[in-house]
Amino acid sequence: MTHPDPTPALQMTAVRKVYPMGDSEVVALDHATLTVGADEIVALVGPSGSGKTTLCTIAGGILSPTAGQVVVGGRDITGYSSKQLTEFRRTTVGFVFQSVNLIPFLTARENLLVVDEMGRRTGAAARRRADQLLGELDLSDRAGNLPSQLSGGQRQRVAIGRALMNEPTLVLFDEPTSALDTALGDQVMALIRHEMKSRGTAAIVVTHDERILHYADRVVHITDGRLDA
Amino acid sequence: MRLALRELFRRPGRFLTAGAILTLLASLVMLFGGILDGLLDNSTAGVRAQRGDALVFSAQAKESFLRSRIDRGLRAQVEAVPGVARTGGIGIVQLGARLPDAGPRDLVDTVLFGYEVAPRGLPDTPPAEGEVIADDTLRDQGVERGMVLRLGPARSPVTVIGFVERTNYLGQGALWGSPVTWRTVLTANRPDEILPADTFQSLVVVSEPSGPGGLAAAIDAATGGATRTLTVEAAADALPGVKEQRATFGQIINTIVFVALVVVGLFFALLTVERMGLYGVLKAIGASSRTLFAGLVVQAAVVTISACVIAGALAVLVDVTVPAGSLPFAISVGRFATSTVTLLVAAIAGCAFSLRRVLRVDPASAIGGSL
Repeated sequence: MTHPDPTPALQMTAVRKVYPMGDSEVVALDHATLTVGADEIVALVGPSGSGKTTLCTIAGGILSPTAGQVVVGGRDITGYSSKQLTEFRRTTVGFVFQSVNLIPFLTARENLLVVDEMGRRTGAAARRRADQLLGELDLSDRAGNLPSQLSGGQRQRVAIGRALMNEPTLVLFDEPTSALDTALGDQVMALIRHEMKSRGTAAIVVTHDERILHYADRVVHITDGRLDA
Repeated sequence: MRLALRELFRRPGRFLTAGAILTLLASLVMLFGGILDGLLDNSTAGVRAQRGDALVFSAQAKESFLRSRIDRGLRAQVEAVPGVARTGGIGIVQLGARLPDAGPRDLVDTVLFGYEVAPRGLPDTPPAEGEVIADDTLRDQGVERGMVLRLGPARSPVTVIGFVERTNYLGQGALWGSPVTWRTVLTANRPDEILPADTFQSLVVVSEPSGPGGLAAAIDAATGGATRTLTVEAAADALPGVKEQRATFGQIINTIVFVALVVVGLFFALLTVERMGLYGVLKAIGASSRTLFAGLVVQAAVVTISACVIAGALAVLVDVTVPAGSLPFAISVGRFATSTVTLLVAAIAGCAFSLRRVLRVDPASAIGGSL
């Protein structure tokens, strides 16, 4: 068990995101303020179109807010350029996508190493980390398998490993159990909780699945772009 | 970059169509390039073989050996130009050659050169009177060492004493002899073209190693405009049909290269559309547009180089298997390298069609999307 860094993993203050839609505007996120502690797991729950994805993409440095401030691990990314955001995503956050989205022609191990290949390569250190993560995720014997040769749960674990490769401050999970049955969903959530807590890493888990909310430290609801604590 | 190569090697089927089309196009580029080189070689090799820096023609001759006349006085003026180390007279006559035991109408197209400065591959001292060294391609016509060829309507006899490679002239097999041999044959067969003694059709000019530049202009100025002096390369290009051959084949090759550019452009544009989901994921986890586009370029480059290697091997096969003399074809390392580089540039330019699309990939599309 590592001791959590007192610096919050995420501080969003009065964040607003507006999309132009012809002559009018759509407010996707309206004065959202959210703080996520250094090893806190927050479940973000809301109906479709409520702004969950927008919040995640802003927290993960994929989109910039129209207004407000976003600080991740002490880094204020509010005014970052596209290039700075690319570097930020590569080094500071991890993503686990809804459809897992592993690269189909890479083995499980290579899917982890691809994160290292996107930036300045660390080579042997990255290979060691990938092997260590695969071991911790109980995937050592599957390291050389392609995603098509893995079960749904194994693919989800590889995706978690990839999200952890860059030792992120914050990991964003987009509907991690949506494609899994109840038993597997429980296993995956237990794994996510274990991995996050053992590393002192924060996570936001976007979900519709009320059955997994107890794995989170806190549940935040979002409706029409507004957060309800 | 590694990612792009892994995809290429693990999913080769994905690139098979583009690779096959590019191989076909590269084969056409090398085939037409080889034919062009073969034609040019067959037309100009005798001129390009000259071991001088320039060729001097009379001004009114329009760079034609047959029309040109350089007499003793003009030659003396050329030799007096600073930077000229020495000159050598050169003359040609184009005649049909009869081989022993051949029928009266079975003629082999030949051109007899009389030379003073030895071209590449020939002895410094020209063969004795009545003897010639034949171009290697004449072997395919049945010419052998020691054979007596009878040239022209006068059936002037010349004896072949050896062979030399790549010296043909306008598609005719070259025979290389002394000025005396050339003059004797010319006098016997072309009474209307008889030249006075010491008059040649052209001069090969050898310059001083550290002579002044602009030698050709200096020679033409020194002769008061009575001469037209060209470098050996320019004289070869001035031969009838050479520019036309080069332009025609150049246009064909350029068209094929353009088609290659379009093929690569369309193929990788389609591939990029297919990969939008993958690119979205990669961008979300920190890949830059530059990294993704570089991967695309690497894939196009590898496919193109592979296609060129296969096409090069096919061109060599054509060169080896096509019977000598049936097709003017010459494949060289230079032609292979030029074709490969040209197609590579076209392929990379083709990839540029996809650049805008790669730049516009939104990493947000990865959230909730699928590959």
